[in-house]
Amino acid sequence: MNTVVEVSSTPGQVSVDPRFGASSRKAKAGRRPSRLILGLRAFGRDKMAVAAAAVLIIVVAAAALAPVLSPYDPVVGDSARRLEGIGSEGHPLGLDGQGRDILSRLIWGARYSLTVAIVPVLAVLPIALLIGLFAGYVQGRVGGVLMRVLDVLFAFPLVLLAIALAAVLGAGLGNVMLAIGISLVPYMARVAYTSTVQESSREYVEAARAGGARTGEILLKELLPNVVSPLLVYATTLCGLMVVLAAGLSFLGVGIVPPTPDWGIMTADGSSVLLEGRAHVATIPGLAILVVALAFNLLGDGLRDALDPRKQTT
Amino acid sequence: MIAMIGRRVMSTLMVLFGVSLVIFLLLQLVPGDPARTILGAGATEDAVAAVRAELGLDQPLPVQFLGYLQGLITGDLGRSLTINQPVTEIIIPRFQNTMVLSAAALVICVVVGIPLGILAARRQYGIFDRIAMFTSLAGASVPVYWLGLMLIGVFALNLGWFPTSGMSNPRNPEGGFGDLLSHLVLPAFAAALVPLAVIARMTRSVMVDTMEQDYIRTLRAAGVPERSIIWKHCLRNAMPPIVTVVGLQIGYLLGGVIFVEVVFSWPGLGYQLYTAITQNDMPLVQAGVLFIALVFVLVNLLADTTVGLLDPRTRRKVTA
Repeated sequence: MNTVVEVSSTPGQVSVDPRFGASSRKAKAGRRPSRLILGLRAFGRDKMAVAAAAVLIIVVAAAALAPVLSPYDPVVGDSARRLEGIGSEGHPLGLDGQGRDILSRLIWGARYSLTVAIVPVLAVLPIALLIGLFAGYVQGRVGGVLMRVLDVLFAFPLVLLAIALAAVLGAGLGNVMLAIGISLVPYMARVAYTSTVQESSREYVEAARAGGARTGEILLKELLPNVVSPLLVYATTLCGLMVVLAAGLSFLGVGIVPPTPDWGIMTADGSSVLLEGRAHVATIPGLAILVVALAFNLLGDGLRDALDPRKQTT
Repeated sequence: MIAMIGRRVMSTLMVLFGVSLVIFLLLQLVPGDPARTILGAGATEDAVAAVRAELGLDQPLPVQFLGYLQGLITGDLGRSLTINQPVTEIIIPRFQNTMVLSAAALVICVVVGIPLGILAARRQYGIFDRIAMFTSLAGASVPVYWLGLMLIGVFALNLGWFPTSGMSNPRNPEGGFGDLLSHLVLPAFAAALVPLAVIARMTRSVMVDTMEQDYIRTLRAAGVPERSIIWKHCLRNAMPPIVTVVGLQIGYLLGGVIFVEVVFSWPGLGYQLYTAITQNDMPLVQAGVLFIALVFVLVNLLADTTVGLLDPRTRRKVTA
């Protein structure tokens, strides 16, 4: 499950990589291109991952440029033309149940749907790293207690924990991000913990310890660079899952509050007019969620392969 | 083996204690006073104080927690604020309906997902493998609530093959097994898709790893037919991690099923939980969450024990 990967270390740092039998400083001296370049080349060969990255860049750009790009106001509608379908005049993606332009809502919705999913993942990343490194290497009583607490949080399915927290905290952008962030801690910390434990038993850590390095030095200089990359791969995949989950919370009414144009709210709006035989209102935002989630998953797969030295060739 | 089960049961009990503590503390975060919720806005201070005393809310928190634990052990989880019934009486029949839906979904996951993964692994990077793996990655990215709506739109509204919602026909509640089945098809498929995709991908990767082992090469060299190598020797050795993933996916099902139940108005625990959340009925929310967590923990215990039975090597390992 957890691919063990090596990352490009900061210049001037000596870490012995048992797989190559040479220090990475030597490798940087010219025998082999740097790991970063190798990684980028490997990533470039993965056409699916490159396409996924392109899709995500376009969506992020659209979200950033929403005020310029969106042809209409996302909240104000023209009720006389409500539920007009795809390709109607002036509205390429049609209008929703309140006569609002679906394309404009989709573009504005990207802002909310991406923010609410990605910010918690990024915020939890350093916390998970700290917990994982500490519990995995230092261990001791505090580490043990930390892992038991995480075990308890693991007893709740992720979706259920997020829904329960969002319900208790109340709807709203900040609270949803908090609910998702708390639900993510056990999962991300577990990945950091597992790879810390794996890496701790390898020769380069032992060598550093034999050389008299202090615990803090081993944690930051030796373990951190090697633990962070599997966590980054996992975080990329999680971003996709969280786009689906965050929109789901809004769909249930415990997330972002209407009339904010969020993809989950748009899907919920569509469900109420589905019985009127108007499927496009629900179909379009759901497809947007699916495409973005799939792109994050493909990007995560591509990153994992690109960071795997066994798949990097010169 | 018995020692391993004993250790696991002990740690499960610890986890369950922690779970009840977390849920108890979570409810302290809820704004508003339950006594006021029960009595309504126009209640006098004296009446509110009386109800608070009756509910034990005037006691210090540790005392309240002990009373709450005592209730848990004796199966008394309090009364619902909106439906005048003990919450356990509301939850158990709903949970049975959820089990029907989850079991159907799980059958689809296992019967389709595992063979799909095996067939993809048979020729790694072959055309079938590529198509199956891309499709399953897309499947794992599908928002279930949206999938449910699309299924209703196509198969219930347009084609009219299946009913749009519910668990039985309201005009003919004694419709029997056939009626239940026709109500079950769409929600079960919606609930199954994501875990199915994850199980297929995991099965493939475990099978690929197993097929690279030396003993498989030896079997091939000895002329054992490929069919028997894959379905007998490989699968048997790949089974423990597959069982672990299936166990974890049951947990996912129990969470994801909330969306499916809401979309299809399936009268299960997830739908009940959703209604309780929208009506601010916290005793019901608390009991529902606790119940799902309990089932999830027990399923994982069962999966670990099964892995222990299937793979003797794991028995002595200390669980991290």
